[in-house]
Amino acid sequence: MTTTDLPVDNGVNVEALLGARAALGESPDIAKFTWRTVNSWVKGTHSQSTVETFYGLGDEQQHKSTFSFEADHPEVFAAEDNGITPVEFVLVALGSCLTAGVAAVAQQRQIQLHSVKATIEADFDIHGILGADPDVRNGFSDVRVSYDIEADASREDIQALVAQSQKRSAVYDILTNPTSVTVEVA
Amino acid sequence: MPRTTTVVIGAGHCGLAISRCLAERSIDHVVLERGEVANSWRTQRWDSFRLLTPNWMTRLPGFSYAGDDPGGYQTAPELVRLIGEYAKTTGAPVRANTTVESVSPQENGFLVRTDQDVWEARTVVIASGAHNLPRLPPVAEALPDGLFALSALDYRAPGQLPDGGVLVVGASSSGIQIAHEVHRSGRPVTLAVGEHVRMPRTYRGRDILWWMDASGVFDERYDEVPDLVRARNLPSMQLTGSAATLDLATLSRLGVRLAGKLAGVRDGRAQFSGSLPNVCALADLKLGRLLDTFDAWAADTGFTDCGPVARFPATTLPEKPPLTVDLGEIRSVVWATGFRPDLSWLDVPVLDRKGRITHDGGVTTWPGLYLIGMPFLRRRRSSLIDGAAADARDLTAHLAGHLA
Repeated sequence: MTTTDLPVDNGVNVEALLGARAALGESPDIAKFTWRTVNSWVKGTHSQSTVETFYGLGDEQQHKSTFSFEADHPEVFAAEDNGITPVEFVLVALGSCLTAGVAAVAQQRQIQLHSVKATIEADFDIHGILGADPDVRNGFSDVRVSYDIEADASREDIQALVAQSQKRSAVYDILTNPTSVTVEVA
Repeated sequence: MPRTTTVVIGAGHCGLAISRCLAERSIDHVVLERGEVANSWRTQRWDSFRLLTPNWMTRLPGFSYAGDDPGGYQTAPELVRLIGEYAKTTGAPVRANTTVESVSPQENGFLVRTDQDVWEARTVVIASGAHNLPRLPPVAEALPDGLFALSALDYRAPGQLPDGGVLVVGASSSGIQIAHEVHRSGRPVTLAVGEHVRMPRTYRGRDILWWMDASGVFDERYDEVPDLVRARNLPSMQLTGSAATLDLATLSRLGVRLAGKLAGVRDGRAQFSGSLPNVCALADLKLGRLLDTFDAWAADTGFTDCGPVARFPATTLPEKPPLTVDLGEIRSVVWATGFRPDLSWLDVPVLDRKGRITHDGGVTTWPGLYLIGMPFLRRRRSSLIDGAAADARDLTAHLAGHLA
């Protein structure tokens, strides 16, 4: 048996994903998910978020354990740097979403991955959040992702993986398209 | 009450193709047509419209193009004449100006109510078209009421639009052509570009559709493609009925402002998706793969009567496509976001939750009810006039089996 005969395994259960798509069919309600996190202020700009439960497949669901995340601002903002900034969480979310997509698409296209590394950068002008210049938005002005991928595939096939991953990425969609957000005081 | 074996709804190229195949099997039928033969080609095309398929591809059961311009692209009136001639020579039993108001099941078949009479039929073939109504995205409702808007079905010429900026939404075949001619009328055009199918008019010196025909791409079957949902919902190819390629890079160079998919309206500004680079990358890569299949076919079959292998440059986009545009700059909107069939008259329980007919290659889930003329109905070619012949033969054979 040569290496090319080895089944492609990126650790993604594509059959289960495709099975889910088929199962959704005419019962679209089981496809509706609600994600949630609880955020609590600690001190200053430091806050802690926990993620434990979500809703999907018609029922409440639970992560294997409760995940906890610290967010803060760095010392250059006169804060204590107890965690990454909220905008960096957005980069974390984008990178992990796109990379999960790369793996899933590679599995479906029978491409063996050896290493996948993405560098995600965003440009940001703090004039916006400081209210110092009304022409500058609060959020990112530009987001760049650079992938370094080793896989048993041509450069074109790897480009296609990355393009398809963007097409099917939730976080990419959230960043590139407007989303309705309501914030209320209970 | 008049009775017949088969009622065919719609006297376009598909309905007439079915009629011809039914006649070959001596199956008694009528073709009910709300207007005149080839009605949508008469009433729902813009003035400069030309078919995207070259003349030699205008083939119907027992008919192929015999004119002196096989590589040309017909205007809508030319096609109306051709389909009219076809209806005459095949002797199709067309009842013109007869609008179907309802089709419902009854014992041993169907009851077909029209504005003229009521028919009983053992079988019904729906050939009323895939493009009866514009398919507008939900964001259409968010646009200000005062903004002049129309769909590609109602668009005729730039003169319909007020002076000033025009937002063309959708960059498939209709959208790129409308954006092009509206731009030439002197109106500043913003073109909102979502997922699209980039297609050069010619490749290696031959029409791109010639390659699809020759290499078997058009014969790919509905029960063999890996993702039929996707195949049936693909946007139309970015083609125009002329020898020149019109792509996004060309439109951008001419001065059409390219933006991402229209995503929302907020504070008097249209918002566009930041995904424009990726939809262009996807289209470039997909085009490359298509050309690979043509080259592989040519190499495998030893075909050499064509130019050398070539690749098209990646789509170049402006440095910073706009993410928002002040609606004050926009005086009118043209929706080129696709079409959907009008099946409001169909009282047979065959529709899924999104109002689409559930069918297996045109054989619906209700015995005796058939569907033709939908994108990728039975094969990739089904989306074209040229697909009607094979689909009509297959479906008529099934229908004859149902009657037996």
